[in-house]
Amino acid sequence: MISIKNLHASIDGKEILKGINLEIKAGEVHAIMGPNGSGKSTLSAVLAGRSEYEVTEGEVTYNGINLLELSPEDRAREGVFLAFQYPIEIPGVSNVNFLKTAIGEIRAFKGLEPMAAKDFLAMLKEKQKLVELDGKLANRSVNVGFSGGEKKRNEIFQMAMLNPKLAILDETDSGLDIDALRIVANGVNKLKSKDNATIIITHYQRLLDYIIPDFVHVIYNGKIVKSGSKELALELEEKGYDFIKEEIEA
Amino acid sequence: METAIKTSTVKDKLIFEFDTSKLFLFGNTKLREKAMESFYKIGIPNRKHEEYKYTRIDVMLKEEFYFSPDKNCNDEQIGHLKFLKDAFVVIIENGVFVKGLSNLQNLPKGLIICSLVDAEKSNSPVFEKHYAKYADVNADPFIALNTAMTKDGVFIHVAKNTIIEKPIHIIHVATAIQNTIIHPRNLIVVDENAQAKIVESFEILDSTAKIFSNALTEIVIDEYAVVDHYKIQDENAGLPDRQELGYLVNTTQVIQKKQSVFTTHTFTLSGSLVRNNLTLVLDGEHIESHLNGLYLTAGNQVVDNHTVVDHRKPNCNSNELYKGIIDGKSTATFNGKIFVRKDAQKTNAFQSNKNILLSEAGTINTKPQLEIYADDVKCSHGTSTGKLDEDKIFYLRARGLSLESAKKLLMHAFASEVVNTIKIEPLHEYIEGKIFKKFE
Repeated sequence: MISIKNLHASIDGKEILKGINLEIKAGEVHAIMGPNGSGKSTLSAVLAGRSEYEVTEGEVTYNGINLLELSPEDRAREGVFLAFQYPIEIPGVSNVNFLKTAIGEIRAFKGLEPMAAKDFLAMLKEKQKLVELDGKLANRSVNVGFSGGEKKRNEIFQMAMLNPKLAILDETDSGLDIDALRIVANGVNKLKSKDNATIIITHYQRLLDYIIPDFVHVIYNGKIVKSGSKELALELEEKGYDFIKEEIEA
Repeated sequence: METAIKTSTVKDKLIFEFDTSKLFLFGNTKLREKAMESFYKIGIPNRKHEEYKYTRIDVMLKEEFYFSPDKNCNDEQIGHLKFLKDAFVVIIENGVFVKGLSNLQNLPKGLIICSLVDAEKSNSPVFEKHYAKYADVNADPFIALNTAMTKDGVFIHVAKNTIIEKPIHIIHVATAIQNTIIHPRNLIVVDENAQAKIVESFEILDSTAKIFSNALTEIVIDEYAVVDHYKIQDENAGLPDRQELGYLVNTTQVIQKKQSVFTTHTFTLSGSLVRNNLTLVLDGEHIESHLNGLYLTAGNQVVDNHTVVDHRKPNCNSNELYKGIIDGKSTATFNGKIFVRKDAQKTNAFQSNKNILLSEAGTINTKPQLEIYADDVKCSHGTSTGKLDEDKIFYLRARGLSLESAKKLLMHAFASEVVNTIKIEPLHEYIEGKIFKKFE
C-alpha cells in the first residue's frame, strides 16, 4: 500500500528524518514507537503533507502514486487519513457541516454522485455510535469545548466517516484515560479490514494491548533502528528506550 | 496650494447651493442656518482632522459634484431591492421619500410612516419635539451639512404600547448620471413600551456617475421600548462591471431612555467609501445596548466605523462586536469610544474588534477608546488582527477540503458570529446569501 524509501525531511533547515524505510501492505497494522523528538510526528506530518516540512531526499509511493507530489487534500481524497495528535478547534464550523463538505469534495474528486442527505445522516448516526460520541457534539463547532478524550474520539469518528485506506494515528492515546482509550481502540479495530492499513504512532505500549500490531518499529534520531513483532513493544516498555540507545551506540 | 483651492471650492459650492435653496427646503430655516454656520467653521475634514485621518472624504470631494439628481426609478427597477417580502417598505430615492414606490398599505394602529416634509407640514408634535434634537451640528461636519441641506426622508412614529411585528424596511436608493451629493434624513421615534424592527438598506441603481450620500438617522427610544435596527450597506452591488460609484457617510444617532433595549447591526458589503458614525446615548438606568458590525472589504474600498457608546446613568449594559475581513488594497478602520460618566456606576461595557487580513496590501486601523469617570464599573475591550489560521486550513485540507473551500469555510465561520445575531429570519437568509456570494 505504501512504500517509504530513504525519506529525509527537515524543518527550518534542521534535518529531522534521516532516511526512513518502511513497507506497509493492505490489512497490516504497524506501530511506530520512539522517544520524544525522534521524528515520529514529523513522519506523520510529512505523510499528510504539511508544507513546513521540506522533503530533501527519498520517495513515498502510495498505491502506485508519488504521494509527495500531492496536495494535502488530494492525499486525503486518495484515502490517507491523519488523526491529529492535537486536533484543531474551529469555532463557527459545525462538525456536521465540515464532514458534509469533506465528503462532498472527496466524492466529487472520485467522480461520484453527491451523497443523499438521508444516507449521510444515517451514516453519521452509525459512526457516532462506533466511538460513543454524543450526538450533540456532532452539531457543535469542530472540537470547540471538547475534552481531550472527546477530541480524540472525534478524530476516530471523522476517520470512520471518511473510511480511509491508510490511517495514521499520531499519539491518539496520549492524554486518554483508560475508558476513552478502550473506546478509541475499539473504534479503530472495527474499522480495520483486509483492504486498509493503519500506522499507530505512540510513545507507550499500552494502546498496543488493544490494537494488536503486526509489526513494531522503533524510530530514533530520524531513522528506524529496530523492527520486530509485537513483543518488541513489550520489551521497550520493560527496558525503556535507553536500551535501544545503548544498542545503537554500542 | 492648488489642492487647498479645490477643496475650498467644494465647500464654497455647498454654501452657495445652501444660500440659493434654503428657502425652498422644509422646516426651520434658522436651524438650517445655524447648522451651516457650524459646517462653515469645521469645513470638509481632511487628514489633519483626527476623526477622519484614515478616510479622506476631502480627496473624494475634489471632483465636480451637483446637488440635484436627475434620474428617477420605476417600480420594476427597484423590485429586487425589496428583499423582505413581509415588511412595510419605504423608498427613499435620492434622498426623497417616494410614496408611490413604497408599500405602506394597511398600517396598523399606532404606526405612522410618512415623509419628513409631511410630518413637518402637519405640525406633528412628536416631530417637533424630536426633530434634530440629538445629532449635534457642532460635533461633526456631516451632521451639520445634513441638518442644513436635507430635502426629505422618512418619519416613523410607533406609539406607546404598540408592537410592530413586521419589519419596516427603509430602502435608500440612489441613481445618477452626473456626480451628485444627497442628504437623506430619517427620524424614528419609538414610544414607551413599544417595539419595532427597522432595516435600512443602501443601494445604487442604473448610474454612470458617483453618488455621495450623507445620510443621517435619528432614533429615539423611550422607556421600556425595544428596537432592533439593521443597516445593510451594499451600494456597488447593483452596478455592472464592478463600477465604484457609491460613497456613503452614514450617521446614526440614538438616544435610549430607561429600561429600553436597542440592538443595531451594520453590514458593509460594498461601497467605494463607507463611513459610519454610530452614536448611542444611554440616558436612563437599566438600559441594554448591543452593537454588531461586519465589514467585508476588497479592491480599493475604504470602510470606516466610528462608534460611540455614552453611558450616562447607572446599571446599564452595552456589548459591542465588530468583525472584518480585509482583502485587496482596501482599508478598514474601527474606532470605538466608550464613555462612562461620573454617575454611571455599575456599568458593564464590553467591546471587541476582530479582523482577518487576507492580503499584503490591505490595511486595518483599529482603536478602542475608553473614558471612564465612574469607579464601580466593568469595562473591557479587545482587538485582534491576523491572517487565516494556517493550522485550521491544514486540518480542513487533511480531511479532503480544497484550499479554496477551507478558506471559504473559515471566513464564513468568522463572519457567522455576527450574522447569527440577525433576528429577522428572511434578512438572515439574505445576508447569508450575499456573504456566500462574496466568498465565491
